[in-house]
Amino acid sequence: MEVNKDIKASIKDIQDEIIEEFSFLGDDRESTIFYIMELGQKLPPLEEKHKTEDNIIKGCQSKVWLTAGLEGERINYKADSNTEITKGLISLLIRVLSDQKIDSILNADLYFIEKIGMGQIIGSQRSNGLVAMIKQMKLYALAYKSKLN
Amino acid sequence: MNQPTPHIADKFDVHVLRGRFPVLQRQVNGKNLVYFDNAATTQKPEVVIEALAGYYRQYNANIHRGLHALAEKATAAYEDTRRTIRQFIHAPEADEIIFTSGTTASINLVATAYGRKFLGAGDEVIISALEHHSNIVPWQLLCEEKNATLKVIPVDEKGNLVLADLAHLIGSKTKIVAVNHVSNSLGTINPVAEIIRMAHNAGAVVLLDGAQATAHIDVDVQALDCDFYAFSAHKLFGPTGVGVLYGKRSLLEAMNPYQGGGEMIKEVTFEKTTYAEIPYKFEAGTPNIADVIAFKAAIDFVEGLGDKSELLRYEQSLLQAATKQLKEIRGLKIIGEADEKIGVVSFVMEGMHHFDIGMMLDAKGIAVRTGHHCTQPLMHQFGIEGTIRASFSIYNTIEEVNFFVESLKQIVEKWR
Ligand SMILES: Cc1ncc(COP(=O)(O)O)c(C=O)c1O
Repeated sequence: MEVNKDIKASIKDIQDEIIEEFSFLGDDRESTIFYIMELGQKLPPLEEKHKTEDNIIKGCQSKVWLTAGLEGERINYKADSNTEITKGLISLLIRVLSDQKIDSILNADLYFIEKIGMGQIIGSQRSNGLVAMIKQMKLYALAYKSKLN
Repeated sequence: MNQPTPHIADKFDVHVLRGRFPVLQRQVNGKNLVYFDNAATTQKPEVVIEALAGYYRQYNANIHRGLHALAEKATAAYEDTRRTIRQFIHAPEADEIIFTSGTTASINLVATAYGRKFLGAGDEVIISALEHHSNIVPWQLLCEEKNATLKVIPVDEKGNLVLADLAHLIGSKTKIVAVNHVSNSLGTINPVAEIIRMAHNAGAVVLLDGAQATAHIDVDVQALDCDFYAFSAHKLFGPTGVGVLYGKRSLLEAMNPYQGGGEMIKEVTFEKTTYAEIPYKFEAGTPNIADVIAFKAAIDFVEGLGDKSELLRYEQSLLQAATKQLKEIRGLKIIGEADEKIGVVSFVMEGMHHFDIGMMLDAKGIAVRTGHHCTQPLMHQFGIEGTIRASFSIYNTIEEVNFFVESLKQIVEKWR
């Protein structure tokens, strides 16, 4: 997926976009879950060589692999999972955080998760997993920041 | 063929029976609840909920100690459950019924209080490949501590235990054989009478993990001649937090106490304590009085439904209908087709993860279990991480089974 880095929308704008998309789904849990899984299906698969023990995010019920690379001053994230639902969740995080500047990632307030009622949609165990994913993404940002300084 | 309704029409009407379970009347996510996670825990009938509330409303008191009216009533009700359970599993004496917090606690009690005393270095404990973690880990801990060996009865690809192999495993060093009566992951009803006979011939004692059996099979511990039998109230229409350990008097008396405290003593001085008789020797501290009392209502409820074999036949008719229809779904593989099963069907779907399927079924109001079901070694043997498991109870209907299969077909079609 080619992203024109110059016109990459802000973390806030992307979140608002997601909130609007989810608002069209209304209260129907079934269509919401199907929608998230469809997002998961569209997530480009991670190359097998990246699916290592080291890249697994601890604290998720499903297997989730995450990698990060620095491109200029922005971090590019790639991830994959063995379940569609988790792929859907991580694809939302990637859409918001990938190709953003390090400091924007570190300071990001991911309010869209609460706004779309993700906790109720995916349940408490997966919500913990989602928190673990965000933490890992921010840890990468922190690591790159200290490396650059 | 296999139309389930005729089996029970003359005994009970499943729709009337459902009316006795408040939870079954509710909706989840705007859909009617289809509860197929009965192997994890069953729903509770109104009578059990009432018994629980009735105790707290009318006669809450600590038992065995006070001499006042409430304590008297609570003690009588608590002991009444013990007698009811004796009858329920056909134990010789009520004193052989020990209340615990669940199957897990019952097994740990035996592993600790019997195992620690009677197992030595080089001795052997035999379990099976079908066991729940709670009938694996306590024995591993014991064997580690005692330098004893844990051996495992293998299971074939259909989910049957291979008894021919048990004959080779068992020997003069075997001290304990611990197997489940019914497998929670696959539903296999194990040939426990034969296992007990073989174990006793070798001089070993047998513990049966009956967690998955008591709601479906008439258990007669004397006919089986098992030495210990463990089960949980919550899988038998009763409350959570109560379990039972049945043990033969001679064994229970020979065992060390498990935990020390109030209730379990005869006399305490700082020099020496003498212990109470069984069952109190194993019931230290204030027990789960309320739930034990409500447990009686659950047993009375299930006994009131009539012949257990009729109930099982009904559940098996749901199983047959589900199995037959599931097999028509391309890419679906049933895990566990043992010769004798309770109403449990476990399966995997090619190209789809069980978590995703469970999530989508849940969105349609269908509660199933997904994962390894606390039987990771068994899952490894089948080369899978987990399954989707539907487990049926007497209040489930053929309409629910049909809806479940239809929903699954929709999910699979949409996803392929
Ligand atoms: C076969 C078997 N054994 C033991 C247990 C543990 O029961 P509890 O959690 O009530 O102690 C279960 C519960 O799932 C079970 O299915």
